[in-house]
Amino acid sequence: MDKLIRINTKTNEVVVEDLSEEMSLLGGRALTSKIIRQEVPGNCHPLGASNKLVIATGMLSGTPLANSGRISVGAKSPLTGGIKEANSGGVFSQKMAKLGLRGLVLEDKPEEKTTKVIYINKDGVQIENMPELANLGTYETSNKLFEKYGSKVGILVIGPAGENLRLAASIQFTDPKGRPARAAGRGGLGAVMGSKGIKAIVIDDKDAPRVKIADTEAFKAAAKRWAEILQKHAVTGQGLPSFGTAILINIINEAGALPTKNFRFGRFEKAADVSGEKMAELIQKRGGVVAEGCHPGCIIRCSQAYVDENGEYITSGFEYETIWALGPNTLIDNLDELAQLDRLCDDLGLDTIETGNTIAVAMEAGVLSWGDGQAAIELLKRIYDPNDYLGRIIANGSAFTGEAFGIDRVPVVKRQALPAYDPRSVKGVGVTYATSPMGADHTAGYAVCQNILKVGGDINPLKKEGNIEVSKNLQIATAAIDATGFCLFVAFAVLDTEDAMDTIAKLLSARFGKTFTVDDIVNLGINTLKDELAFNKDAGFTKAQDQLPEFFSKEPLPPHNTVWDFSIDELQAAKVN
Amino acid sequence: MLEVKCFATLQDHTPEGGKIDYRPGLTVRDVLKMLDIPEEEVKVVFVNGEYKDLDTSLQDGDRLGLFPAVGGG
Repeated sequence: MDKLIRINTKTNEVVVEDLSEEMSLLGGRALTSKIIRQEVPGNCHPLGASNKLVIATGMLSGTPLANSGRISVGAKSPLTGGIKEANSGGVFSQKMAKLGLRGLVLEDKPEEKTTKVIYINKDGVQIENMPELANLGTYETSNKLFEKYGSKVGILVIGPAGENLRLAASIQFTDPKGRPARAAGRGGLGAVMGSKGIKAIVIDDKDAPRVKIADTEAFKAAAKRWAEILQKHAVTGQGLPSFGTAILINIINEAGALPTKNFRFGRFEKAADVSGEKMAELIQKRGGVVAEGCHPGCIIRCSQAYVDENGEYITSGFEYETIWALGPNTLIDNLDELAQLDRLCDDLGLDTIETGNTIAVAMEAGVLSWGDGQAAIELLKRIYDPNDYLGRIIANGSAFTGEAFGIDRVPVVKRQALPAYDPRSVKGVGVTYATSPMGADHTAGYAVCQNILKVGGDINPLKKEGNIEVSKNLQIATAAIDATGFCLFVAFAVLDTEDAMDTIAKLLSARFGKTFTVDDIVNLGINTLKDELAFNKDAGFTKAQDQLPEFFSKEPLPPHNTVWDFSIDELQAAKVN
Repeated sequence: MLEVKCFATLQDHTPEGGKIDYRPGLTVRDVLKMLDIPEEEVKVVFVNGEYKDLDTSLQDGDRLGLFPAVGGG
C-alpha cells in the first residue's frame, strides 16, 4: 500500500499514513485537489497555518513507463485565492514513487522564520534547520544539497521569492543533470512553501523498493504500445525533440495570435529571432544540447541545454511560454538576454509566465523601456534583496504590479497572468483561461491543438462555434492526465491515436490490479474538476470571475481584428457540473 | 508576388528571398510542387494567418506559411 507522509512544519512531527482505499486510486492533481478540498478551509489565508502544501506523484510514476515522471504540487494559491495544482518535471516524482510515497503534505507553520530542509529516504524523514541556505538562489542551494546528500538525490527547492512570500514564487525541481530548471511555476506555490519555513525537500531513493505492479506482463505489453504511440506521432516523435516547445513561436505568430507588447498585436516582427528554429541553430553552433528529457524515461525530450557564445551553460527548460512572456510580450528580441532572464527566474524561484507579464506591466508604467533586455535583467536582480521595494512589487506578479502603478491594461484571470496565446484569435484556449479553476492557464485545456495545430480536430480559432465544447472536454481530459503522472505533451499523440486511451486504461488496470475503463479515466477528470470548483466556491468565487479583462472585448487584435465575444453566462457551459 | 515561409523541418524549402512569382489560378498544392515539398510532410497551411487546405487558390500578395506537425506549450 502506498503511503502519505504528513509533516507538521511547526512541531516537526512526522506522521506516515497508509492511503485510504479511495485515495489509493488517486495520484497527481486528483490527489492534491482531493486533499485540499477535504482538509483546507476555502476561506483560509493562503499563507496561514490552515493552508497545506500537497506534493503528489502520478498514479503511474516510478514505473519504467515512458513519460510518466511528472509531479503535482497543490495548495490554496496566494496569487489567485483559489485552488491550485502546478505540474513539473524533474527527477523527484519517480524517486518519491519508488519509496512507496504517493503524497507529502506540509501542514501548519512555524512561529518564526526557519530555513528547514526535509530529507527523505527509505529509513524515514529527517528535518534540519539550515539557516546558511537562507535567501540563496536555487542553483547554489541545490549545489550545496548535492554536496551534503550526494549527487543522486532529487531536490525540490524554493528561491528568495518563495522564502520572502512573493505571490509569483515557483517551486523548482532538479532535472537529471542536477539543474533546478524545472518548475511547478504557477500560482505562487513557492510562497506557500516559504510560509511553512521549508527551503527544500531532498528525496533519496537509494535501495528503495520498486513500485509494485499488480500484473507485470500486462503492464509490459501496454507500456510497449504506449512508447510506440509516442514515438510514431510527428509532434512527440519528431517536432518536440528537434526544436523544443519554442517551435511554437513561428506558428502562433503566423496564425496572428502571438501576444505582442502586452497583448496589443498578434504578430511580432522579430519572431524569427526568438524562434525554436533559431534556438536549435544557436545551440548547435555553440555546442549545447538541443534535446534532453526533464526526467528519466522521457522519450519526447523537449528540453535543452542553452549555452552562451563561449559554450557555457545558461539555462534549460527554456520554454515557448518563457520566451514569449519575457520576449515578444515585452519586445525583448535577444535570445541570450531571454536565456539570462529565464535563468534568473529559475534561480530566484519565480514563475516565468507571471514574471514576463509583470515586466510588460512595468513597461506600461514606465519603470523600464519596451524591449530593454538589460534593464529587465537588472530589475529581476533586485528581487534577491528582500528589502528592495521595487523588487517586492515585481515578484508579486502582474495584478499586484498593475495596482502598485495604476495600470489598467493587466492581462490576468483570477489574478493569474495569461499565457502565450491571444484569446481573441485562439478562442478555445481563451475559454479555458476564463473558466479553469486555476485562473488563466493554457495547460488546463489546451485548445490550441484544435484551433491552430490541427491535432485532435479542427475548430476555427477566430469564431465562437465549438470552442466552449472543446475547452470543456480538454479540461476534463487534462485533469485526468495530470492524475496519471504523464507529461501533458502525451496528449498530442493521444488525441490522434485511436487506441491511446484504451492503452492508458490497460496501464492503470495492470498497475493497480483493478479494472479501469476509459469512462473511469474521464470520471477521474470530472471528479477532480468538481473538487476544484467546489473549493473555489467556498473560497468566494462566483461566475463573475470567469471572464477575461475588459480590453480583450473592446480592442480588435491585428491582423485578424478579432475581439473576445463570449459572455460570462455562455462561458459557464465550459465548466463541469 | 507571393510571400512564402517554410518552418521547422521544412525551412530548407523556403524560396530565395522568401518570395515566388504569382500567376492566376495558383493553388497551395502547386506551390508545394514548385518548392519540392512532399504533401505528406505538410500538416498546417496558413494563408494570411488563416488555416487553409491544399486546394486553396491564392491571390497576388498572399502570405503563405507552411508547417509540419508541431506542438508544444
